[in-house]
Amino acid sequence: MAARKKLTIALAGNPNSGKTTTFNNITGTRQKVGNWPGVTVEKKEGHVRFGDYDLTVVDLPGTYSLTTFSIEEIVARNFILENRPDVVVDIIDSSNLDRSLYLATQLRELDAKVLFVLNMADLAKDKGIVIDEEKLSSLLEVPVISTVGNRNEGTAELLKNIIQVAETGQGPRAERRVRYSRDIEDGVAVVRDLLQAVEDKDFPYNPRWTAIKLIEDDEVVRDMAVKALGDKAGPILEETARQRERISNLFDDEPEILMTEQRYGFIAGIVREVVKRSSIKRVDVSRNIDLLLTNRILGFPIFFFFIWAMFQLTFTLGAYPQAWIEHGVELLSLGMTRILPSGMIQDLVVNGIIAGVGSVLVFLPNILILFFCIALFEDTGYMARAAFLMDKVMHLVGLHGKSFIPMLMGFGCNVPAIMAARTLENEKDRILTILINPFMSCSARLPVYVLLAGAFFAEKAGTVIFSIYLLGIVLAIVMGRIFRNTLLKGSVAPFVMELPPYRAPMIKSLMIHMWDRSKMFLKKMGGVILVGSIIVWALSTFPNDPQLARQYEIKRQQMEKTFAVRKPDASRQAVKVREMEKDKALAALEIEYTAAAKENSYLGRIGRFFGPVFAPVGIDWKGGVALFTGFVAKEIVISTLGVLHATKDDTDQGLADAMKKSGMTPLSAFSMMAFILLYVPCIATVSAIKQETNSWKWTAFSIGYSTTLAWVVAFIIYQGGQLLGFA
Amino acid sequence: MLLSEMKEGQEGVIAKVGGAGAFRRRLLEMGFLKGASLFVEKYAPLKDPLEVTLNGCHVSLRVEEAAHIVMEDA
Repeated sequence: MAARKKLTIALAGNPNSGKTTTFNNITGTRQKVGNWPGVTVEKKEGHVRFGDYDLTVVDLPGTYSLTTFSIEEIVARNFILENRPDVVVDIIDSSNLDRSLYLATQLRELDAKVLFVLNMADLAKDKGIVIDEEKLSSLLEVPVISTVGNRNEGTAELLKNIIQVAETGQGPRAERRVRYSRDIEDGVAVVRDLLQAVEDKDFPYNPRWTAIKLIEDDEVVRDMAVKALGDKAGPILEETARQRERISNLFDDEPEILMTEQRYGFIAGIVREVVKRSSIKRVDVSRNIDLLLTNRILGFPIFFFFIWAMFQLTFTLGAYPQAWIEHGVELLSLGMTRILPSGMIQDLVVNGIIAGVGSVLVFLPNILILFFCIALFEDTGYMARAAFLMDKVMHLVGLHGKSFIPMLMGFGCNVPAIMAARTLENEKDRILTILINPFMSCSARLPVYVLLAGAFFAEKAGTVIFSIYLLGIVLAIVMGRIFRNTLLKGSVAPFVMELPPYRAPMIKSLMIHMWDRSKMFLKKMGGVILVGSIIVWALSTFPNDPQLARQYEIKRQQMEKTFAVRKPDASRQAVKVREMEKDKALAALEIEYTAAAKENSYLGRIGRFFGPVFAPVGIDWKGGVALFTGFVAKEIVISTLGVLHATKDDTDQGLADAMKKSGMTPLSAFSMMAFILLYVPCIATVSAIKQETNSWKWTAFSIGYSTTLAWVVAFIIYQGGQLLGFA
Repeated sequence: MLLSEMKEGQEGVIAKVGGAGAFRRRLLEMGFLKGASLFVEKYAPLKDPLEVTLNGCHVSLRVEEAAHIVMEDA
């Protein structure tokens, strides 16, 4: 039997051209979402069998052009150049032919095997635009077919054509390419000839294309040429510079601008030939919807209502399945406690693995719902409107309008919030949003504030907690501005953004979106969190001091004995009381032992070792240890404090009293709250940062700068407060 | 007249697109070409950014960015 033939297909197209819908139609649910290597751009890959072929379909990022304007464009271009897909399918938005053809002409220049897909012909018709498919195909010498992605029309036809192009298609003939004005063509020819002259060592890129890009001063292509040609590149680059100068002097403008204009000139000629505009008076439904949704007065209230609804759905509705999962985890750990013999293994499974992974698993419902809502916003086209409304506010922080949703979601949980930063197209915006997102105080930190503020500020607790939230927002703004002007400086991304027509969402696409992102969360985080939980468990369990255990065992036996011997003639009532006293005393001893064991563990030692670091900010070693364990999940700070302070009753009140006794003051409590707000976020958030930035460097930076900032701010609060005479 | 000075509902033709290299090129690539007609759809509730219609599609840009586009009467 003949082996199945493998083909690689790349999908290119403008944002909002229906590229993703086409991708979903071709590949169904068999897709893999990840990142392009080294960058935070989402990469989607899918597989499909068609006839005798195995097709790998790669969804390139949506771009308007193939220059080096954004990381997305570089990624898309490099894929075509380096991986040489068998066919590049360019999805063309029929209702916006000029701009779609701009990308198309660039794909043609790249010398890739191209197939054009006229998508959304129905929308174009509504706009009164009719495109002569055959004429377009013959003018550009590229096969052209029509689809309506939203209705999954023409998908089989598309696959058939892809295979045909792969098997038969040859590169387009030279005369069907964009021709620039004579002076530019002369310059291109000079550079091209130089490139061809050194082609003995197999220059891997099309020489004409390379020459065009060099004349356009494309830094990525320049680097590629230097890499491929070595010291032979020098004279070519010098000649390129001369040609650039000649052209600039002739036209009083940069060559790349002239060439962009001339490409559009070429396109205008094609559009004139193939487009018939009928005189149908078109009703712009989107425009009417926008009269309401971006209305000067109603726009904001409606926006806030949507956001509120999303927040409610995510965290209120999500609380129910969350409770079920929590319950399930509890049952599981109970079951495991029964099945496994008590001892180290049981402790590892129950308190290490199940507790640790369970603490992250509970976020799954939130993430599913949130991503459903975000997919809904994106697929309908509302996300662009949200950015339109909020841009002014977010721009003050140096952010894009679209950053608003991740920032707001951070108040619920930073994990889905950081994942929501994917909606930002620009990499710098995305990293900045991720870096300052943890300062949006998540709901897991609230119980810790409630405990501390409740214990030390009594009736002013509400105000104090509010001030902590405010501190987070202010610092996010300050740090955002600082990063914008230092680390993440560079080409400022213009806001120029399309407001796509509103579209009815497709359930299938919503589901795929929601599931893809959640799957990624479960898979990738599961690993990191599992390891992290085990490490924290080990640190708090070892070294297992047998002497300490023996000491307590002896104490326990003594206690049992004292309770056992006395009063053989006591009444039943007295025995009962006695029993209760015994249980209470044993429980107290148990707590005392746990506290002593924790104190003796590596974690306790680390806490005491770092005692001098925490002292200047008013946190004692117990607080320090609690902060360390807070890395697993912020709520754990409370339970660790409870263990270390060996409180007898489980209520917050007992712990509050114990902390007061230990010498904590309102000032040190406030300092600790600020520290908790700012220092390294929980392990789930850290792994989300790692996943989304796709870089250990940014992850380490995020951990380092936030913890440093936490210490500095807490130091200012504590020392400053003392100077001002607060206790 | 600059695009940033135009009022809601006003129409005009692009006379010149200025600004620094990459930004200017991006505007051109999005279809902000000399001679293209443009309609100011609306300003956002906070007066920035603004929405324009160009070749039948809706595009938003910031006021500071619109200040790089010189317009003339339709």
